[in-house]
This record gives sequence, structure tokens and C-alpha cells, in this order.
Amino acid sequence: MTLKFVIKRLVFLVLVIWAASTIVFFIPRLSSRNALRERFGELARTGGFSPGDMEKIIASMQQQFGLDRPLLEQYWQYLHNIVRLDFGYSLYRYPSTVSDLIAQSLPWTIGLLLVSTILSFLIGNLLGGISAWPRAPKWMRAVATPFILLTGVPPVIMAILLIFFIGFKLKWLPLGGAYSVGQVPNLSWGFALDMLRHQILPALSLIFGSVGGWVLSMRGMGITIQGEDYVNFAEHKGLTGGRIFRDYYMRNALLPQVTGFALALGTVVTSAIIVEGLFGLPGIGTMLNLAIRSNDFPTIYGIVLFITITVAVLMTIVEFLYPLLDPRVRQS
Amino acid sequence: MSAIALPPSTQASIERPGSLVLLLRYLRRNKGLAIGLLILLALVAFTVIGLLTVNTKNAYPLSVALKKPPSWKYPFGTDFFGRDLLAAMVVGMWQTAFIGVLAGGLGTFIGVVLGFISAYFGGWIDGTIRTICQVLAPIPVLLIQVVIAGSLDKRDVTIVTMAMIVVLLAWMGPTLVIRAQVLTMKERQFVSVAKLSGVSDLGIIFKEILPCLLPFIAAAFVAQVFVAVFAAFYLAVLGLGPLREPLLGNIIWAAQSQGAIFNGWWWWPIIPSVGMILILGSLALINMGLDELANPRVRRTE
Amino acid sequence: MNVTLVQGVVQPRVPIHSVGAMAAEPILRVRNLEVTYYTDSGRAKALDNVSFTLKAGEKLGMVGESGSGKSTLALAMMRMIKPPGRIEGGQVIVGDTDLMSLDQEGMRKARLSRIAYIPQGAMNSLNPVMKIGAQMMDAVKSHLPDEARPAIEARCKRALQSVDLDASVFKMFAHELSGGMKQRVCIAIGILLDPDVIIADEPTSALDVVTQRQVMETIDNVQKAINAAVILIGHDMGLMAQFVDRVAVMYAGRLVEMSTVREMFTDPKHPYSRALISSLPSLDNKGVFQGIPGLAPSLLRLPSGCAFHPRCASVMPTCSTIRPEAQILPGGRSVTCHLYDGEALHEGRT
Repeated sequence: MTLKFVIKRLVFLVLVIWAASTIVFFIPRLSSRNALRERFGELARTGGFSPGDMEKIIASMQQQFGLDRPLLEQYWQYLHNIVRLDFGYSLYRYPSTVSDLIAQSLPWTIGLLLVSTILSFLIGNLLGGISAWPRAPKWMRAVATPFILLTGVPPVIMAILLIFFIGFKLKWLPLGGAYSVGQVPNLSWGFALDMLRHQILPALSLIFGSVGGWVLSMRGMGITIQGEDYVNFAEHKGLTGGRIFRDYYMRNALLPQVTGFALALGTVVTSAIIVEGLFGLPGIGTMLNLAIRSNDFPTIYGIVLFITITVAVLMTIVEFLYPLLDPRVRQS
Repeated sequence: MSAIALPPSTQASIERPGSLVLLLRYLRRNKGLAIGLLILLALVAFTVIGLLTVNTKNAYPLSVALKKPPSWKYPFGTDFFGRDLLAAMVVGMWQTAFIGVLAGGLGTFIGVVLGFISAYFGGWIDGTIRTICQVLAPIPVLLIQVVIAGSLDKRDVTIVTMAMIVVLLAWMGPTLVIRAQVLTMKERQFVSVAKLSGVSDLGIIFKEILPCLLPFIAAAFVAQVFVAVFAAFYLAVLGLGPLREPLLGNIIWAAQSQGAIFNGWWWWPIIPSVGMILILGSLALINMGLDELANPRVRRTE
Repeated sequence: MNVTLVQGVVQPRVPIHSVGAMAAEPILRVRNLEVTYYTDSGRAKALDNVSFTLKAGEKLGMVGESGSGKSTLALAMMRMIKPPGRIEGGQVIVGDTDLMSLDQEGMRKARLSRIAYIPQGAMNSLNPVMKIGAQMMDAVKSHLPDEARPAIEARCKRALQSVDLDASVFKMFAHELSGGMKQRVCIAIGILLDPDVIIADEPTSALDVVTQRQVMETIDNVQKAINAAVILIGHDMGLMAQFVDRVAVMYAGRLVEMSTVREMFTDPKHPYSRALISSLPSLDNKGVFQGIPGLAPSLLRLPSGCAFHPRCASVMPTCSTIRPEAQILPGGRSVTCHLYDGEALHEGRT
């Protein structure tokens, strides 16, 4: 890995973040909606102050947020803030900043996302590898291959099915929420267990909702790799099936999957936060849901940008780690 | 040594099976493609027959009795707002297909045009298009679509704007795929021969390269329809779709906001979910089958 | 006994092993081997009733056009025919073991230790993400699970040495080696366990001419060192003539002729062999390229009778109706052609 490669990737990372920020900055300004006016109109309707006062409040707010300054100046200030991960104030929960809200809900999302993404990647690739491996026992392939059908069941639908069958019909696991109603968060084993029980269905939705995609793409890779000369030669060498599977077939087939993993991160994260919203876990997804429902635009944009930046950074990290797996890249 | 031509009689001694027989035999082996096509056909039949026989007005609120479980009168039940879910599913399927084909078709079209321009003319044009695609690719498209859909006035959100929002950020994939294919195509001999014999750029594109690309364009189209249906579904589930329309995602969003499963109205979210599984599943199977058809290496196994 | 190569003119050398080897028991006996591919468009008989024997230390060259069944034969002997292909019958007897009667695990153990396969390794036969050493050691380990690591490592390094590779190759990856070096690694792997039979499948294609010679000499040297029987598959008759003792010619899945190199080059019997030999460049017909008229037939639609008859210069009426069987001519050559009906010592199907 050369310095040139590192610099190239870092420049690319900055470009991606800049492009996303620019899109998120200009799109709302192209629209006719005025978030502040909508928000205060709502407040005025629910009673609080007279419509006359509203115009004054809006004007002062616009000044405070810098919305009365020239567009380019706003844009410059905005980019400046993004660099410091400052996404402004939440309209709905003013004076909390969007960054505060994200920081509060992030731990929930990270925990769920990390476990389910790693598990679905591992399970999916193993099953996909088996389903394309002609030397695998017939029953194994018969078990592994149908998982491809899960490609048609995205995490959101998986969540609905699981909520209905496991949560509602069988009553094995809670339907939603972060912990049982009436529980007060504390540091006891009982509470931890209760919390864990509430995480099972969301995690299963994400794992089974995204495992199909990995099975499918790994099967495609596996079919290509099993025809490679080195896999055949490994069999000519009289290696045991297990060793060929592990060292010659899986190791090579997994390499493009790692790149695919980086590319799929955006979809994985998006699915995760929507599923989180369905289950009402207090993570970023629920916050996004609330923000959409309450027209809290700064929060919507802040969350979207934060996730975009996170995904771009993670992708760059994967690209930096990739040479450790592939000696061919390491040298060139 | 004297040259002896092959007498035709010996060659024709064994009958070759007809192409239809070969196709059927192939479909029997490529079960995924066959099942996918069958499901898709069934869904089309459901939608067409439904549009002809079911009163589509019942797909909108306050047309029928509320919260009825599935029965002979309402095979799919009715929802909290007084919609007949059978009618809603028929209209929703039609709208989903509309969004999928419109957005998928447009995305593929933009991809084919940009991919051709990029690969064929090369140079700074190629550099620009490629860089834009690569910079946009890592951005979680669905979230940007959330921003766009969220910024729109709710009254402006229709089935067509949904499709447009989806297209806006879904042309990079096909562009890169077609670009790569045209690049390999360009290296082939027949293109050089055409160039040397003075065929114009447009002539080469339309007469020589485009016909060879058709299988890839078809595969890209199916993949794009999948992406479009998926994206529109997610936006609708988040409550960013045209709220009045019975899009499958909208029905699920509405069911979710009313706590349908918690209240025991299970059919309300489950039926559109099953519909969505069938749509996405059939598209995924067809896509996989086309892959197998286009890639001879895949075809070789078993 | 020197090999001379002057401007593409081939001077076959006298087989050095033939005298001593004649007396020895054959180490490899292939009998009535048959392979069929089941495709959508019908059944293709890729290997039709192939029989031959080899003695220890003997080198056999296997030639024929692409699609004639040479590589299928190699894969069938390794029992590595993949669906839709199937081995329909026959025996491959190494020493006194019929490989076809072994179970899966028995066959796995026989590969490399009894019968080794050297692929066309210049391109892609080595795992790109494993070090060369690891790819050699796992081969030994899977046959000799009880051998200690230092002993295995020493064995692998010896093998590298015997193909004139530096011991440092042990720690390298495939992409760090040249085509010729990769091919040598494949040969080194092939001889790790001193097999009785070595099959080299087009080991020199994709290599430049100088490297081709070096690789062939390497195979020659290691073969002498372990006294294995070698089957060399290829279509370069000229290169092959310098290294093998006998030549077998395949056409449309059948063995049509098998003779010593000298006999094959001076007096080919089968009309197809004659065409092959006269298509080689020589001083007499310098600059004139003589191909074989017609195209190789599709295995799906083989001509009736003798598959070669539509292209044959000596075609007779019987050729299009009756399929010839292999017969042994005086002097021990085997040929499958009606031209020699009546001259045979006995039918070749032993």
C-alpha cells in the first residue's frame, strides 16, 4: 500500500462527504417548504402565541440560524459546521442540537447494527459458499440454497412477519420497545436480560432480512471460483474436501465479498434504522421516524449526513484493510 | 494429400432438437428463472383480472366497513380507514409495477446512454462521468431520497414524482455496468474492422455494439426495476409516499401507525407484506436466472 | 544421445528406456476407459474404449486436435470428470490397484501419491492468496498426516531444488513468480510424494520457446530421478518428439495409433497420424504449410463407421459403415484402421 493510494482514497472520501453535504444543503432550499414557518404555524395552532408574534419570532429565528444571509455565505458556514460534525439545532426539540440527539441514540443503533451485520455477513457467505460448492453433501446444499429466496424478503418485511408470528401469535418475544413497560432502567441482571429480549426480534429481522443478499452474491462468486484452475489443482493434489473448501475456495471467493460489504454498507445501515423505527427502539431510526413525522428538517438532514459520513469513512477503512487479505494488492 | 469435403449426408444423420424444446429443457434446469417467471405471470394476472373485476374505488378510505378480517365478502379484509384490501392490493400492485417499470426503464435508459458516451468517447468525458458515478455510489441513496421526498410538499408527492425521486439517484449502477461492457466490446475485432471500413461512430454504436449488449441491458433493466420497487417501498414505509394512494408500502406505514398487529388487525400489514415478498422474490429469481443465462461459467455447473 | 533442433527440423531420438523397460511389468494399465458428456443437445462420447499400458520410467506423448479427448483422458485417469460428464466404465490400474474401484477417500489418497497431475500451471493453477510453501505443505500433510512439520518442509524444499528453483520461492506468492517458475512449482508439487504415474497436461502451452525447453528438461530430469511413468499431453509434436519414448494419437475420443517415436515419425500407420506428421514443418517442404483438410467432427454428431473417414485420404467403402477396432501390428504397434485388417497379430482389446 503506497502513500499515493492512501492520499487518493482520502481525497475521494472528502469528495464523497462534500457531494452528500451539497446535495443535502441545496435540495431543501429548492423546495417551497419553509420548515420554520411550518413548525411555528403548528405551535401557533396548538396555542401558545398569536399569529402576529409568529412573524417576529420567525424573523428572529431566521437571523439566529443565519437564514437571512446570502446563499453562498450560508453554504460556506454550513460546510464549515459539517467538518465539526455540527448539524445545527433540532426544530422539534429545540434547544437540543442534532448532534446531541444523535449522540443519545447512537449506542442503541451501533449495538444492534454491529451484531446483526456481522452475523448476517458470516452466515450468508457460509451458506452461499456451500450452495455453490459441488463437492458439498447434497443435503447441505439443499439446506443452504433456499436461503437465496430470502433476497425477496427485505428486513422491514421480515420485521413485520416476525412481529406477527413470533411476537403476536406465539408471544415468545416482545412486540417492540427497548424494555418492558413499567421497568425502570437500572444496572441489574434482570433489566439487562429484559433489554436483550427486546433486541432479539430486531436483530433477527436484520439478520434474516439481509442474509439472502449475501447468499446470492456469494453463490455467484463461488460458482466462478470453483471453476478456477487452482481449486481443481487442489483436488488433484489429493487435499481433503474441507481444506479445499476453506483455503482455496472460500478464501478467494470472500475477497470480492469484502468489497461488496463496503458497497452495501449504505443499504445495510438504512435498513437497520428503518427496522429500528418499526420496533420503536430508541435508536437513530426512531429519531428519524419522529423527525419525518414532525417535519423536523434539521434533524432529518443531520441524521442523513451523519450516516452518509459514517458509511463513507467505514468504506475507506475497509479499503485500507483489504490489502491485508489480498497479497496481490499488497505489493502493487 | 487430396482435400475431401465433408459430405452433408453424414452430418445430418442425427436430428437436432428444436429451439423451443431446448428452451423448455433449459428452464427445467434453471428452476429459479422458471419459478420467477411463473410468480411474475401470476402477479400480472392478479392485477389485470383485479383491475377488470374489482371496484377500484374501494381501494380508497371510507368506501367499505372498517376493520373486517378476511371473509368471503372481503377476501383480504378491510382496514381502519375503510379500504377494501383486495381492491387496495390490486391498485397497489398496478402502481408498484408502474413505478418499477417507469423508474427502472428510465434509470436503465440513462445508464445505457451515459455508459455508451463514457466508454465510447473516453478521455475527459469518461473521466468526468466515471468520477461522478464513483463519488455518488457510496452515498446511501435511500437516505438522500428521504431528504428529497421530505422536502416536497405532501400534495406534490404522486406516483410519478415517486418514480422520479427514485430515478434521480439510481442511474449510476447501470452506467458503470454498461460502460464496462462497451469497453470490452470496443476491444473486439469486429468493431475495429467496422471502424477501419469507415462506418460512422453512430453506425458502430447502433449496428455493431448495441445488439451485442441487449442481454446485459435486459439484466440491468430487471435489476433496476428491483431497485426502484425496493426504494419506493422503503420511502412509502417511512411515510414519504403519496399517502392517499394504496401503495403497498403506504398500507404498511398506515397499519404501523395505527398499531395494527398490536390491535389484532394482523391481515392489514401482513397481506401487503406477502405481496411485496412475491414481487421482490420473483424479480430476484429472474435476475439470478438471467445472470445464469448470460454467464456461461455459471451455466456449466450441474 | 543428443537431441538436435535445427531450424524447426525434428530428429527423433532413440528411446533409451525401451530396451530395459520392455522386460518390466507395466506400472499403468488403462482398459476400455469410456467417458460420456450429457448435454442439452445430446450425448457426447468424449472417450471411447481407450486402452493402453505404460511401464515404469516410460514416457508417452499424447497428441491430437483440441476436442480429441486428450485432456478428458487425463481427467478420467485422475477420476476428476465433472458433471455433466461421467466415467461410464473401464479400469485404470496403477501397480495392482484399480483406481476406478477405490472409494472417494481411497481415490483422494491415491491422487498425488500414486498418480500425480501437473496442470498447465503458467497461468492460474496456484492459489493467489497462499504462499507457495503453504500450498506444498498442505499437499504433503493431507497424505502423511503424521509427518512432522520440519520433515515436510524439508521435503518441499528438496522438491523445489530438484526443479531448479531457489528455496526462497517457498515464502513467495504466485504473482511474484514468472510463468516458467510457476510451471516448475507445479512440477515440484507433482513429484512431492514420488508417484508411480505422472500426467502432465499441456505443461508448456502459454510459455515462450526457451522456457518450454527448460520445463520439458525439468520434467525429464525429475522423471528419471523417481523412475515414474509419464504421460505428456500436448499438441506440439516437434517438442514432444524430443522427450518421449512413445506417441499415442487420439481422434474423436479414440486412440487411433500408438507407436514408438521413431516409428511414428518415419512410418506413421494411421492416415490421421500421417497427416499430422506431414503437417509438421521440415527442411523438405520449407515454407509450405500442410494442414489436414476438413474440420474435427463434433462429438455430438460423429460420422458413421470410422469417425475420420470423411477427412481420410485413403478412405475405403467399409470405412463409412464398419467401425474399426484397435489391432496390434507386428512389432507391437497399435492402430485403429481398416487399412491393416488382416495384418494384425490379434485384436488390441486386451
